[in-house]
Amino acid sequence: MNLLIEAVYFVTAAVFIIGLKQMSSPVTAHRGIVWAGIAMVLASLATFGAPQITLDIGSINLQLMLVAIIVGSAVAYISAKRVAMTDMPQMIAMYNGMGGGAAAAIAAVELVKLSAGAESHGLTVQILAVLGAVIGAVSFSGSAIAFAKLQGIMKKTMRLPMHQMMNIALFIAVCIFGYLVATGQPAFNYVVIFFVLALVLGVMVTLPIGGADMPVVISLFNALTGLAVAFEGFVLNNSAMIIAGTVVGSSGTLLTQLMAKAMNRPISNVLFSSFGSDGGAAAEEDIEGSMKEIQATDAAIMMAYGQKVIIVPGYGMAVAQAQHKLKEMQDLLEARGVDVKYAIHPVAGRMPGHMNVLLAEAGVDYDKILDLDEINPEFPTADVALVIGANDVVNPVARTNPDSPIYGMPILDADHAHNVIVIKRGKGAGFSGIENHLFYADNTQMLYGDGQKAVAELIAGIKTL
Amino acid sequence: MIEGLPALYIFMLSAFTGYEVISRVPVILHTPLMSGSNFIHGIVLVGAMIVMGNADGTLELTIGFIAVAMAAGNAVGGYVATVRMLEMFHTAKPKNEGAQ
Repeated sequence: MNLLIEAVYFVTAAVFIIGLKQMSSPVTAHRGIVWAGIAMVLASLATFGAPQITLDIGSINLQLMLVAIIVGSAVAYISAKRVAMTDMPQMIAMYNGMGGGAAAAIAAVELVKLSAGAESHGLTVQILAVLGAVIGAVSFSGSAIAFAKLQGIMKKTMRLPMHQMMNIALFIAVCIFGYLVATGQPAFNYVVIFFVLALVLGVMVTLPIGGADMPVVISLFNALTGLAVAFEGFVLNNSAMIIAGTVVGSSGTLLTQLMAKAMNRPISNVLFSSFGSDGGAAAEEDIEGSMKEIQATDAAIMMAYGQKVIIVPGYGMAVAQAQHKLKEMQDLLEARGVDVKYAIHPVAGRMPGHMNVLLAEAGVDYDKILDLDEINPEFPTADVALVIGANDVVNPVARTNPDSPIYGMPILDADHAHNVIVIKRGKGAGFSGIENHLFYADNTQMLYGDGQKAVAELIAGIKTL
Repeated sequence: MIEGLPALYIFMLSAFTGYEVISRVPVILHTPLMSGSNFIHGIVLVGAMIVMGNADGTLELTIGFIAVAMAAGNAVGGYVATVRMLEMFHTAKPKNEGAQ
């Protein structure tokens, strides 16, 4: 029996790795997650027979365990089914936080047992339990803040006076109590203080981070949760947890690096500073030109009689749910022989790949959707670049003005197209609060209005031609 | 039992595996992949169940209950979210070369 369960864990770990590998290619991705799902179910079922838990059917532990599984699964299932695709990033943050919280809670039970006089499994195990506890707790409370920010419950980025100093002090305090709890038999009160401090640390670290940086932070917390799971796996001597957790920890770290690189923001920068706090306003210079407005009918003519149109979607498209209308417009234009492509900035939207998911939802073929490196050489040959709800990712100051906070960030060269049409709700600045010089350029014209309505007007315009 | 050096080896090899496995992922799959790896650390459910099975007294049972419920939420939510995202790629034609 014991051997059988170990075998199931072994297979689970292997299938997780294969599944992750398959998930990194569009062709096999779906198969990958289904395999991983089956492995997860098998591992969970096998755990009922694990030697560590000798349960009889009537025990309160088993009954509560089943209730907990049903409640947790039901809540997650319903929320994941119902949530709109545009809100997916914060849901990932929430589920990730739950995993981190679970890892921390595992450590909490172990530490409470120790404080009640249970036999210690050695210093190494205790240290790993405490490390997993800190990481899991930070990931839990941090993800909760990330969720609140993306969901719009918490609008402002908050900075307390001496925020950085307080975080450092808090971190030191967590280390001290972690040490007290990890060595010898921990006092119950210390365990409680330790967890409270770790949770507060997660909140404090995440509070000052702006919404634009959230994807990187969520990815980082995802990697951290993986690591916490791995550490608790060592504590419980469970190979499936160790391998799966570590694999997620390292792949998550790589993913975080890829995202941070795409934003030209070192991870340390994301965590320890925020946009606009480094005196960016002082460097603001005068902008030449003015914003020119265009009517939808004129814009429609421009595109319909062009050879090539490149669409640059951003978060505004997601908010306006304009992806289906865009696809409709694409079909109309293609019927007229216009070459239509989509240019996706790595950090367009609130997460890398966010735009791709939405466009795929609308049925856009993914060979029409191109990355920054692939599409940038094509802008000079495009008759129209249609920017819809994107702002900072097409701001030419990233190339030209060394004083700008986004200087050096790779951008989409929409300004190199013959004509640029920008669909925008109002005249305000982008997420980072930086003025966009593209909007004032000679070849740029503004089409004001809600993304979905504006595209509907464009469609109507094209149809009349 | 996995202890001492063998444990360290497992840790190191798993870390390299995770790094290698996703090193050539196209940008379009970044969000689904993050969601997928989010699902995979839902394996914490196994640990939560073990801890819950061993819990004694109200406090341990309560924390254990929270652990199991959250871990189940992580696994189920992560799975459903990932599948929903990936299903959107279903109708699209496969593309041979991935970016990056």
